[in-house]
Amino acid sequence: METRNVERQANGLAVEAAGLVKIYGKERAVDGVDLAIPSGTVYGFLGPNGAGKTTTIRMLATLIQPDAGSATIFGHDLKTESAAIKSRISLTGQYASIDEDLTGIENLVLISRLMGYPVKEAKQRATELLSAFGLEGAAKRQVKKYSGGMRRRIDIAASIVVTPDLLFLDEPTTGLDPRSRNQVWEIVRALVQAGTTVLLTTQNLEEADQLADRIAVINQGKIIAEGTSSELKASVGTGTLNVQLLDAADQAHAAAILERRLSVPVHVSTDGVTLSAQAKDSSIVAQALGELGKEKIGISDFSLGRPSLDEVFLTLTGQSASNQPIEEENS
Amino acid sequence: MSVQMEHDKAAYEEVHPSNAIAGGRRPDPPNALASTMAFAHRALLRIKHVPEQMFDVTVFPIIFLLMFTYLFGGAIAGSTGEYLQFLLPGILVMTVSQITMYTGIDLNNDIRKGIFDRFRTLPIWLPSALVGALLVDVIRYSLASAIMIGLGLALGFRPEGGAMGVVGAVLVILLFSFSFSWIWTAAGIIMRSEKSLMMVSFLVVFPLTFVSNVFVDPSTLPSWLQGFVNINPISILATAVRGLMHGNGTWEQIGWVVVVSAIFVVIFAPLTMYLYRRKE
Repeated sequence: METRNVERQANGLAVEAAGLVKIYGKERAVDGVDLAIPSGTVYGFLGPNGAGKTTTIRMLATLIQPDAGSATIFGHDLKTESAAIKSRISLTGQYASIDEDLTGIENLVLISRLMGYPVKEAKQRATELLSAFGLEGAAKRQVKKYSGGMRRRIDIAASIVVTPDLLFLDEPTTGLDPRSRNQVWEIVRALVQAGTTVLLTTQNLEEADQLADRIAVINQGKIIAEGTSSELKASVGTGTLNVQLLDAADQAHAAAILERRLSVPVHVSTDGVTLSAQAKDSSIVAQALGELGKEKIGISDFSLGRPSLDEVFLTLTGQSASNQPIEEENS
Repeated sequence: MSVQMEHDKAAYEEVHPSNAIAGGRRPDPPNALASTMAFAHRALLRIKHVPEQMFDVTVFPIIFLLMFTYLFGGAIAGSTGEYLQFLLPGILVMTVSQITMYTGIDLNNDIRKGIFDRFRTLPIWLPSALVGALLVDVIRYSLASAIMIGLGLALGFRPEGGAMGVVGAVLVILLFSFSFSWIWTAAGIIMRSEKSLMMVSFLVVFPLTFVSNVFVDPSTLPSWLQGFVNINPISILATAVRGLMHGNGTWEQIGWVVVVSAIFVVIFAPLTMYLYRRKE
């Protein structure tokens, strides 16, 4: 018997990894990943398909062995203490990790028994989880007849039969409608409240922004940026300046001024009156707008948006995260 | 009805995740017996929800027995009644050996669907996932045997070894099948798809079951083929089963089945578990 949160590493890290590498054939799926994830936080892996997010999670969850590098989970070595790690972690994979032919309650009773509950208590625990996740009405229905959101919820329920110290969630909201997505977010927040560390992968920038205390942006097997959501945003500047001209005839002149002042390329939209550019510093933006006024260039509207994580991603990788082809990540 | 649906709908609306946090002491991980029983229970539930999977242990044996008895009986033994005496123990061995390969297919499906990953991250004695399933498979093999023997008796099969001989023969078949199944669990982990697994299984099972003493007396075969037939595990099992059913079995025949079974388990159970742990 072990009381939760007692056996924590002195430095308070749930995950510590150095130089993790996984090679498939010629491809370096994970290419030197270092991590330091504090206990009790939500950590997000953000990246497009095939970036190496799933492979990294599978290594940390003891499912596959790294080709190089080392890692500890709550101080337990990944290579030599996988049994100790297994008793503290839980994984909800990208695909339903439950038996779709069985009913909801049968699945949860099975997992509860495998976590060590005697049959009677396993049934109690299963019922408790079903009602907490709004699945009472579907308890006796086969999981393959569940909607996407219900399936995700039962999958996560199976992962928290015994509240894990570290929960891996691989793309927990991919393909869910906004309501189901919010329910998953609520569940993640409740778990963190109870002391669980959550490591989730996502391609959804809003999700990382909403949930994660810290975010690692992963591309081609490498972490290309790491920090809090605000740190990442700050690293690419204040955001995007949008200027709408009154007269399309001023377009070339206005673009030249902005380009000179902001020292970045200016994008002219197809309507010919909207100019946009990355802005690093709001005071320079003010000066640029002032110069437009001096030059008697009429402006109907302007805005300085905070950068989205999508812009962060675009700046860091030169490719838009949301334009990635939608296909399954190879693991 | 509509009230029930309203209630159903309301249930989906509400999520109270904070109620889902496990209270109290966390249970100790289950012992090997408890986790094996949990997996066996899962296999039983799968039979309940996917009853089609019982076709292979109910319909196949009936078709095989009728087909071979009436197709070959006259040609090989002169009469169907005579041939049944010789054929039934063998065809029972063949049928049960063939359905062992479904064990691998179930495991292969688990791997592709992701539940395999969950099992592998649980703090359990890992082989219980397979042993539990195999125990329920033994029930399936018993059912197939019961159906074939029942039908055989109705068609005129008269085992001279009596009830004890028949029960003994079935026990020997169950021991062999349980052990033989480990080949399919290993193959089920290696093969990428159900299709390729089926193909490999057929490639192994068909020559093994047909090039044996199940259908014909090996002394009618060319000598090079006799050599193979005599060491074929299926022949060894069929010989023991025939002996027991007809009341002239020897401990030596049974001993060989035990040896062959032990070899299968010793090689393929650790291999399966090695592959199970290392599967990427």
